[in-house]
This record gives sequence, structure tokens and C-alpha cells, in this order.
Amino acid sequence: MKNLVIALAASAAALVSTAALADGHAKTKACFIYIGPTGDFGWTYQHDQGRKSVEAAFGDKVETAYLENVPESAEAQRPIEAFARSGCNIIFTTSFNYMDPTNKAAAKFPDVKFEHATGYKREHANVSTYSSKFYQGRYVQGQIAAKMSKTGVAGYIASFPIPEVVRGINSFILGAQSVNPDFKLKVVWVSTWFDPPKEADAAKALIDQGVDILTQHTDSTAAMQVAAERGIKAFGQASDMIKFGPETQLTSIIDEWGPYYVERVKAVMEDTWKQQDVWHGMAEGNVVMAPYTNMPEDVAKMAAETEAKIKSGEFEPFTGPIMKQDGTEWLKAGEKSDIGTMLGMNFYVKGVDDKLPQ
Amino acid sequence: MRIELQKRPIASRLFSAFSPFLALLLTLVAGAIMFLILGKPPISSLYTYFVEPLTDTWSREQILVKATPLVLIAVGLAVAFRSGNWNIGAEGQYLIGGMFGAMLPVLFNDWQSPLLLPLMMLMGMVGGALYAFIPGILKARFGTNEILTSLMLVYVAQQFVDWLVRGPWRNPQGMGFPGTKSFNSSAVLPELWATSDAHYGTIIAIVVAVIVWFMLARTTKGFEVAVLGQSPRAGRFAGFDAKKMTLFAFLLSGALAGLAGIAEVSGSVEKLDDKLSLGYGFTAIIVAFLGRLNPLGIVAAALVLALSAIGGEAAQITLQVSDRAARVFQGLLLFFVLACDTLIHYRIRIVRPRRHISQGVA
Repeated sequence: MKNLVIALAASAAALVSTAALADGHAKTKACFIYIGPTGDFGWTYQHDQGRKSVEAAFGDKVETAYLENVPESAEAQRPIEAFARSGCNIIFTTSFNYMDPTNKAAAKFPDVKFEHATGYKREHANVSTYSSKFYQGRYVQGQIAAKMSKTGVAGYIASFPIPEVVRGINSFILGAQSVNPDFKLKVVWVSTWFDPPKEADAAKALIDQGVDILTQHTDSTAAMQVAAERGIKAFGQASDMIKFGPETQLTSIIDEWGPYYVERVKAVMEDTWKQQDVWHGMAEGNVVMAPYTNMPEDVAKMAAETEAKIKSGEFEPFTGPIMKQDGTEWLKAGEKSDIGTMLGMNFYVKGVDDKLPQ
Repeated sequence: MRIELQKRPIASRLFSAFSPFLALLLTLVAGAIMFLILGKPPISSLYTYFVEPLTDTWSREQILVKATPLVLIAVGLAVAFRSGNWNIGAEGQYLIGGMFGAMLPVLFNDWQSPLLLPLMMLMGMVGGALYAFIPGILKARFGTNEILTSLMLVYVAQQFVDWLVRGPWRNPQGMGFPGTKSFNSSAVLPELWATSDAHYGTIIAIVVAVIVWFMLARTTKGFEVAVLGQSPRAGRFAGFDAKKMTLFAFLLSGALAGLAGIAEVSGSVEKLDDKLSLGYGFTAIIVAFLGRLNPLGIVAAALVLALSAIGGEAAQITLQVSDRAARVFQGLLLFFVLACDTLIHYRIRIVRPRRHISQGVA
């Protein structure tokens, strides 16, 4: 059987061999590994927009490729290596748990540059990590939630208890408490980044528990759609989800990866690429708030003011006084969190109605 | 008007022998049409899919890794199918086998011993066999439909393993991601050669295929399998026990699926996680039929299916087609295999509506 395939295809090969070689060698190839489908209209969709920015910026000089629905498991190793072997000059792996496969592949392909999103391991000189300060947007959302909620309880659909997700939850509740000190937050852990039915179930469960504002740290638009059905308000995630809840979305944290991707691909082209660890936020334009919709003008005004303050550096969400969930003091009045604690955040602040999974 | 299948008096031997090749050819033609519709050049697309992966060592190793569980599972299924026992739940037996085998390194993470790997393999087989025993005994004792029970148990196994790796067996240092701790090196099946991704599971699979081939072709047990599968009545006259055969078929196919599970866990993943169920147990059904239920044919068929999986990834990279395209290929292949087999043994007859006939009588 195998022989038949070889024979069949060998004749085919003869036909196409000239076309296969016609590829230009001077092109820089940028490749992307995605956790979900490009049509998730959330996390992966935004990364793919970033890929398109690269194509738009460099036109003929660049070639891009992507693989979608790559599981966060040992199975990720093969596609990453396949990319490296296929002539990719730079590979962006865009989910936290691609961390080990990315570093393993980097060891095998020292000439290929690897960029791992939201991770912290840079075991080889050709691995960089990058992330965004999504938590800045969470603070603004928390403030809006406290103003808009009638029950005083918001629901949070969370994925995995990694520091990035915990940081978002804490920032959200801190923002809410700055408006309403008694504000409560319920959390449901779905243990997945992308699973629309599961995300929808979590949304329904939270609404049944009396929350009237939903926010999420998962990738699909399912929660937004459930919120729209049930007539409550919600925040979009990673991308502007207004199309999925025209009367539901209050705002959304939009991840803008384009500028970073263009910058890094350019560095490869100009041979100036260096290992780095980048954590950009609102100031650099990586975290953008979608228009403030479905809320009274004064709430929108407050949100815009907070956004401006965070952007200018005048205000930082993790500024004391902040109490931990267990009642101990974390930050004194006026004290700002150090970066290390933020990057490794593994505790809740006061007001989160949930036990952090260990 | 009604369409009926009528058994042909004699099936063409020529076409019987060529059926898998014909199916493969039809799949390639249908695939070319699919690529045309997707707006990709069909010939070079098929080349990327089915030839390019054969051209370098790395891809060939990946094909071996992918083919290994398929061979193990399909060889067991071949025995079951030949004896007329429709074990559709190999995916569940594969998972439970992986889970049973992983029990040792998960619960005794620091235990290092040369005995560990053989014990893990054995545990994997025991787990798979026990899990397959359920639909087996239900059929033998109560005459339940084994297609349904074995299939339903797949979902039970999936949920159970999922719960284990998110709950009691989750790595406490794993940031909440589902999955156990990584195994220590003595619980990992060694690589075939240094820096290779292919592991000793491949050798095990080939040895198993040869042993089962020998059993089917050269032993009384093999004869019993064939007789009971083709004619249970004749088997009874020969003194063969169909119920015992049902249990044997399920235990054997379950044990081999379980072995595939633990070989995958130990050789490739090196821990138990929630992504173990990739559909090998179902793909192996295609492999078993494509290989004419012959263990040696199955080795070849598994390589073809593995090639289509690796080629599918290559196609995603170079042609930017969706990962769904690879699955469409596998679906097409099974469809054509079954269609060719059916049309070799049956002819299509169009039955006129009854009204017409009764009018004629009147």
C-alpha cells in the first residue's frame, strides 16, 4: 500500500518539482502556533490579526504560516518542530503551556528564533517571552462592574490558576472595591482555554447564582452570548465582541499583538533580534479598551478617566492598601507591588468569593 | 422505488485483493477534488500530503510514532472483528490501559527499577483487558449489543481519566493544568536511537503483529476465530464455544489497546494528561479494515494512516488548509474501503415500488 502511494506520488512529484522550488529564499518566514481556531473571535483571533499585520507591513518580503487547534500537550512538540524544519525564521507560540515544547524545540534549532507568549522560561538564547498587562484593563472593568451591578456580585469564568489569570481576577475586584467596598466576585474554573459549551455552562451557572455582570478569561464568545440571552451585561475578552452582544458588552480588553509581531519580524530581517522578556500594557498600545457601551455617560466617563490614568502611569492597579483574602496585609497605603510578586501571583485579595485551586 | 443490496454468488477474487488499493486510489481522487474546491493545486497538494513526509528522517520517525498505537490496537481489533465480535470501544480500553500503566509512576514517582517498565506494560494490558471484559461478559452472558456497550464505555473512560488528571492525580506543581507529574526516566520507554522521537513501543507493536498473525494463520485458535466468525453454527458443530470466543476476543483486543495506551503514555507523553484520547481507538478501526483484518496488512495500513496524519500537518503548514482536511481524508478512506468491500460482495438492485407489481397481478 505504501509502495502504491510512493509510486503514485512520485509521478506527481515529477509534475510539481519545478513549482516547489520556485519559492524565493530571501523571504523571511514568520510562523504561529495557535491554541484555538482563528475563528474563536477571542484570543487566537487576535493573534491571527497580529499575523496579518505582519503580512500587511512587509508584503512580499515576508511569508507567514499558522497551525490552529494545537493542543497544550506533548503533541505540540511535533508541529513546532515541523515549523522549524519548514524554514520558519521566527516562531510565535501563543499559549502558556507551549512553554516546555517551545524551549525543547529551541534547543534543537538554534538558528530559529522563538517567541513564547505569556510564559517565563527562556532556557536558550533564541527564546524570548512576551505578554501584555491585561490586568490594567481588568481594573477598569471592575470599576464599571461595581457601578453597573444591582446585585453587587460579578461572575468570572477562569481557565487555569496561573499567575496571569489570578492577577486579572485580583485587579478586577480591586477596581470594583474602589467603587463599592462590599463588592463580591464569584469565580468558576473551567480548566480550558477554549471550549464554548463549557464556557456557556459556566456562564449559566454563575447567572443562576445571582451574578448580573460576567467577565471571562477564556477565548470564545460563548459567555457573551449567554449573557445576551439572559439579559445581563458582560465584558468581552481578548477581542472586541460587540457583534456577539450589541446590547450586552460594556467594553472589552483588546489584545493588540500586531505592533509587537511587526517589530520582532523586522528584527529578524535586520538581524538585530535579541532575547528579551517584554511586558507591555496600555501605555505601549498593547492593551486597548473597546468603546464603553451600554452604560450611562458618567460611568463611561469614569472608566475613560481611569484608563487615561493607567495609560499615563499616574495610577497602578496594584497600589496599597491591599489586603489578601486571608485578611493579612499585602501592601501598605501607597505601596506599589514589585514586578516579581505580580508575575508570580498565587493568592487572592480580599473580596473574592472562591478558594484558589492549588 | 427502493434500493437493495443483493449478495453476489461469487465475489471477484481479483477485486477482493485490490480493494484496499482501489479505495486508496479513490481517496486520492476525492482528495484532489477537495483540494481543487479549496483552491489549492491538487497534485502538489497530494504530494505534500503523501510523499513529502517520506523524504526525511524526522518525518519518518513521526510516522512510526503515530503508527505504533494504531498497529497495536488494530491487530487486536482484527481478531475481534474476524470472530464476529464488534469491539468499537478500543479508545476507552486504550485510555484505561494508559491509566492503569501510569498508576505505578504516578503513585510511586521516585521508584526506579528495571522491573518498572515491564510492570507498567503489563498493568496497561490488564487495565485494557478488564475494561474490555465489561462489554465482553455482557454480550456472552446477557446477549447485549456489544457495539453499543463498548462504544458508550469510551465516554465513561474519557470522563474518568479527565477527572483523574484534573483531580487526585494532578501535578501539584503544574499551575493547575490537567496532567500528572512527568515520569522519571526509568518509567519512560527508551528511544530507538539517540535523539530520536521513535521509541521501543514500535518494536513491541511489530512483534505483537507477527505473533497475532502467526496465531491467526497457523494455530487452532486462529481456525476457531475464523470458523466462529464466518459461521457460528458450523463452529458449534465443531465444538467451539462462541461465548468463550467472545470473551477471548474482547480480552485480547482490550489488552492490546491497553498496551497501546501505556506505550503512548510512557514512550511519547511521559506523563498522563487530558490529551491522551486523540482518537487512535477509532482510527484503528479504519486501519483494521484497510489491512483486511490481517496483522501484517495492518502494519502497512497503519503506516498509511500515520502518513496521512503527518502529511496533514505538513499540508497545514505549507498549503494552509485547515486541520479538518486531514480528518476528511481519513473519513474518505474508511468510506471507500467499506464501499469497495460492500460492492465486491453485493450488487445494487433497484426494486420497483410494490404498487406497480400489484397492478400487474390485477
